[in-house]
Amino acid sequence: MNLWREFSKGLWRDLPPFRVVLGLCPVLAVTKSAIGGLGMGLAVVFVLTCSNILVSALRHVIPRKVRIASYIVIIASFVVTVELVTQAYMYPLYEMLGIFIPLIVVNCIILGRAEAFASRNGVLASAADGLGIGLGFTMSLTVLGALRELLGAGTLFDKPVMPLIYQEHPFAMMVEAPGAFIALGVLLGLMNAVTATKGT
Amino acid sequence: MEYMILIISAVLIKNIVLAQYLGVCPFLGTSKRMDTAVGMGLAVTFVLVIATAVTFWVQKLVLDPLGLGYLQTIGFILVIASLVQFVEMFLKKFVPPLYESLGIFLPLITTNCAVLGTAIMCIRNEYAFGQAVVFAGASALGFTLALILLAGIRDRLSVSPVPRALRGTAIGLIMAGLMALAFNGFVGVDNSLNALMQQ
Repeated sequence: MNLWREFSKGLWRDLPPFRVVLGLCPVLAVTKSAIGGLGMGLAVVFVLTCSNILVSALRHVIPRKVRIASYIVIIASFVVTVELVTQAYMYPLYEMLGIFIPLIVVNCIILGRAEAFASRNGVLASAADGLGIGLGFTMSLTVLGALRELLGAGTLFDKPVMPLIYQEHPFAMMVEAPGAFIALGVLLGLMNAVTATKGT
Repeated sequence: MEYMILIISAVLIKNIVLAQYLGVCPFLGTSKRMDTAVGMGLAVTFVLVIATAVTFWVQKLVLDPLGLGYLQTIGFILVIASLVQFVEMFLKKFVPPLYESLGIFLPLITTNCAVLGTAIMCIRNEYAFGQAVVFAGASALGFTLALILLAGIRDRLSVSPVPRALRGTAIGLIMAGLMALAFNGFVGVDNSLNALMQQ
């Protein structure tokens, strides 16, 4: 049951990026569409889970003084894996995420979990933690991407949903940079309001 | 003139924070007070320019000849991490007040995606060395400009009746969105500049 607790905290209590406001750059950049958000989220799930497992397995081996550098190298290796795999098998996604695939290396959520959790806990717990936080991140990105795509282009996962007149004259600012900042700000405010009323 | 367009484009039109979404965490984290914003801007400028210059030669002299292009991400992040360590030691020794005020954010420049992002963008856009350094300087200037503008706005916000749920990062993000909207007005300036050049 302990494993379940480590897993589920990423889905609500520590839900990134709303509860733990970290790693905002990819959140803003790739959520032009729901697919972009989902793709980036799944890439982060893979990197976060693998790096958590490896950091946890090596936690008694890595000297304290060079731990951050070691974590970065571990994370970077998995990021390169994702980069090469998406380039080979999912080229449209690779094009869409562009520079933000190599930039997963500097996503503070991943380094933060390595330092705050994986370096202090067992392999299984770390895997559950990475999976949970990663899936929470995916969920947030997909919701934000869906919202922006719906308002900014009138489609959802590239399927038209809004009336034709809306698709011809969408609220185009939402898929541009200003919409990214404002949508995330408003969602964050909503989350704060919900948290305040629920008291958790 | 070519450099002029590169600079205007990087500072105003494709501003690194407000249009490219790079370096958003330090942008929101250090913009609460004007003096930290200025310090962070300076630190990022310093690291960004040196890091771009160094990674450029790492790519051209080490990775390309040896066919190790796939090690780009790992190589660059290690170069940047050691540079940041150096800047931190330098400031601690020679400019202690700045070191104190930057606090936790100095080591975090390593994980500032603006630095790694600019370095990778210079390689992907196939800039020459001079262009890469100018581009890095202009990007850093754009970052500092956006940071100082937001710090000014948040200074005023601290005495305004902001709804409780929006306080802190949420209102910061919305303000950044409005700034991005204003910077959107510069789109198209580069076309006119290019036309002007050709005359």
